[in-house]
Amino acid sequence: MSYPANFRFTPEHEWVATDGAQAKVGITDYAQKQLGDIVFVELPAVGTELVAGQAFGTVESVKAVSEIFAPVSGTVSAINSTLVQSPELLNSDPHGAAWMVEVKVTGKANDKLMDAAAYEKFVAEEEANH
Amino acid sequence: MSDANTPMSGSMPAPTPAPAPRRTALNSIHRQMGGKMVAFGGWDMPVEYSGITAEHRAVRERAGLFDVSHMGEISVRGPEALDLVQHVTSNDASKLSFDQAQYSGLMTAQGTFVDDLLVHKFTDDHYWLVVNASNCEKDYNYICQQNDFDAEVVNTSDGYTQLAIQGPAAIKVLQPLTSVALAPIKYYWFTTGKVLGVDCIIARTGYTGEDGFELYFDPEHSDKVWNGLMEAGAAVGMLPCGLGARNTLRMEAGMALYGHEIDDTTTPLEAGLAWITKLAKPDFLGKTAIAAQAASGPQRKLVGFEMIEPGIGRDGYPLLRAGKPVGQVTSGGPAPALNKNIGMAYVPTAMSAPGEEFDIQIRNRTARAKLVPLPFYKRAK
Repeated sequence: MSYPANFRFTPEHEWVATDGAQAKVGITDYAQKQLGDIVFVELPAVGTELVAGQAFGTVESVKAVSEIFAPVSGTVSAINSTLVQSPELLNSDPHGAAWMVEVKVTGKANDKLMDAAAYEKFVAEEEANH
Repeated sequence: MSDANTPMSGSMPAPTPAPAPRRTALNSIHRQMGGKMVAFGGWDMPVEYSGITAEHRAVRERAGLFDVSHMGEISVRGPEALDLVQHVTSNDASKLSFDQAQYSGLMTAQGTFVDDLLVHKFTDDHYWLVVNASNCEKDYNYICQQNDFDAEVVNTSDGYTQLAIQGPAAIKVLQPLTSVALAPIKYYWFTTGKVLGVDCIIARTGYTGEDGFELYFDPEHSDKVWNGLMEAGAAVGMLPCGLGARNTLRMEAGMALYGHEIDDTTTPLEAGLAWITKLAKPDFLGKTAIAAQAASGPQRKLVGFEMIEPGIGRDGYPLLRAGKPVGQVTSGGPAPALNKNIGMAYVPTAMSAPGEEFDIQIRNRTARAKLVPLPFYKRAK
């Protein structure tokens, strides 16, 4: 799966797609592959303030729990309730239907965000070290 | 994303510095087949290939093949081999016939577990123990220490590749590859014979709650036997399976895992393993302590629970009553064949009846769980 050119990526394998002041956030295809079969997603309530770099939710696979970190600061304006009902969407469509939250961006983005080419290189290095 | 915890490795002691994990003879095949490799019990093992859920279901519905060569094998031979086995284990090995195996406990003098194991009887003066990978060296040293008998103890682990072919279709896959008639081998019995031309111990045992066989053979034939089995299994949709599915399968079947349900602080009575503890046996390590506990009744018991609110109670999470911790999850996670989140836990005996409810502390929140009888899953006979 390729990484969309309009997304930005964190070293912890979240993505953010910004459209004006609104941004959608999710986890990457590499992240879902590392986690394996995803069975549970916990998301913050609408209105929650996210701080870039801080945990805002969890994703559980059969074997492990992972925290999800905010790529940007802002206020949660929507959560993907379909994903909460069907966590396996994260395995099948991580960059699309399995978006996690929509955020009204207020602060600055995480300054470690990578573009698709940089992220692909980053993932290739992680895989080589595995 | 970052690991909040890693239950798979939670119980493993962390040696510092960690020695390089050992590799089974099938390591490169696992990598070629896309196995996701993890360190487990000192070994570099596949945790999954196609996905834990798919592998789990393959074993419940069809068949799965596991490399479990990390398991240890210890032979006990000599005129007093039985006496030594009887001394260190809780079950009654004198009841075994030739070619029969039993589940048992390797006990401390305090009546707790050094390990759990399978005891196989070849002949009156030859017993063969299959033990956990991470405990093998400890078990071997312990048995040697206890050996005041005319018996020889040898760690034969390097001499065997162990494969487990498990699932309702396992017999159908394996039968065409051997001249040994498999149907007459009863559950927990074994025989020796050739599979794909390779000398094997063929045991009708497993750790999944399904029918199946475990094969032990010279590691030099590993690729041949693995590939031959995979080829034969293709017709029934057999999948290669990793330690992830092995864990969810044994959990559904309510089977104990050392370091989780049992260890050197837990007794067989607490763990629901009175059935492998034969107090009528003349002598064994820990018998006095276990008999005393049997008389007074254990203070805590291992129970099964299922979540009745959204959430997964995982290994180590506390069980709460009125906001106070009263117990702890030993193994917990999704049960792929049951579509539930389940687990096992220790709770005070007074609160151990099915139907009792607890809140499980899941990180910064709680979710409700209800006790249910073990095992969660039992195959139709």
